[in-house]
Amino acid sequence: MGAWLNEPLTWGSALILFLWAALFLLIVLGFVTYAIYYERKVIGWMQLRIGPNRVGPLGLFQTVADIFKLLIKEDTIPRKADRLLFIIAPALAFIPSFTVLAVIPYTEKLYFADLNVGLLYYVALSGITTLAMVLGGWASNNKYALLGGMRSAAQMISYEVPLVISIVGVILLSGSLNLRDIVAAQDGGWFWNWNLFPQIIGFIVFFIAAVSELNRTPFDLPEAESELVAGYHVEYSGFRFAFFMLAEYVYVYAIAALTTVLFLGGWHAPAPFLDFVPGIIWFLLKFAFIVFSLFWIRATFPRVRVDQLMSLGWKVLLPVALLNVFLTALYLELFVK
Amino acid sequence: MDNYVNHYVVVAIFLVLGILLPVVALTVGRLLRPHKPTEPKRSTYESGNEPVGEGQVRFNIRYYMFALMFVIFDVETVFLYPWAVAYNKLGLFVLVEMVIFAGMLLVGLLYAWKKRVLKWN
Repeated sequence: MGAWLNEPLTWGSALILFLWAALFLLIVLGFVTYAIYYERKVIGWMQLRIGPNRVGPLGLFQTVADIFKLLIKEDTIPRKADRLLFIIAPALAFIPSFTVLAVIPYTEKLYFADLNVGLLYYVALSGITTLAMVLGGWASNNKYALLGGMRSAAQMISYEVPLVISIVGVILLSGSLNLRDIVAAQDGGWFWNWNLFPQIIGFIVFFIAAVSELNRTPFDLPEAESELVAGYHVEYSGFRFAFFMLAEYVYVYAIAALTTVLFLGGWHAPAPFLDFVPGIIWFLLKFAFIVFSLFWIRATFPRVRVDQLMSLGWKVLLPVALLNVFLTALYLELFVK
Repeated sequence: MDNYVNHYVVVAIFLVLGILLPVVALTVGRLLRPHKPTEPKRSTYESGNEPVGEGQVRFNIRYYMFALMFVIFDVETVFLYPWAVAYNKLGLFVLVEMVIFAGMLLVGLLYAWKKRVLKWN
């Protein structure tokens, strides 16, 4: 990718970039398909069940069949719904989730867009999805959907704040918002040079807030099946519903990749003598571990109560994230400068 | 970075693809899926009963409070990011300044805490 990006832009090179991005979109869709399958399998095993095993060998085509089923389902739009907003909302949820992936670097050479404001770009765009949930909930003209949408919005904005502040420590250490520079700043040969260890407080806050941003267990209150039927997407059916789900899993990809880049040293090997293994393998290993951890947490923890949810975000994570910023700044002041 | 604009072209390509996928998928879906609307199907869901009144009911003021707090702290983040990028070039003075700035916002958070804004019920 790097080679194409440094040439002057012509229609030909723009077309090649477009094809690369389209290929990447297919890879992301493939990831989502098999992440759902893998999640069901992993949670099945953790609960001593088998998980999907009927469609295709080992149940490998289960999600493909599910997607096809959603595609041929009738699409009902309620009579009272606000038609335009109802149609826009699922697309609006998906578009930012894919667009944020443009700035993620995978190796030294393999990246799409190398923006100097990369991290800010990610944080700013990922916030738009909240808007889509509120829109979807409001446009449905349904009480459950409205309450679910409001709950999602309240939760996501409450956890957005500690999430973005916990990253400031990483920015302080690397002095850049460019994700490639952030990975380069973690290059010391050994795994203790990764931001994970100097920024352990920031990492913990980041991870908890990220799980909450993804609306996953133990923070899946917006979709609390037992009390809000399905939350903001209760009126959605067929492929419009699929786009909300797709956005959620694309964010799983995005958060896992971002965590790898920010805290786990991106493509760097954990020890100098392991350098012979290509960087992309290290990236994928760390990425897969984060994805697995998200499923693991889902299978392990019970859902938090709605009153505990807000207190955790504002009373614990936000002060801790701010403390981390100033501790890091003080450390740089005293020992590095 | 002499071909600075190329990177933003890539972002634009991602945006276009992100818009194309829902448009194409829903258009293809329209050709495949059945379309037989009936009156009961088009009513909103309310646990199987006839929906009572409007769905866009008045909701708890608490959500508004959280939105207000979010705006305040998000603006703080907007100031924190450039500060963090330039920190190594700046002196101890800016650290003290940022502590004062964040301290003032923390007083606001404590005020909200005492006023029970952060309590759900």
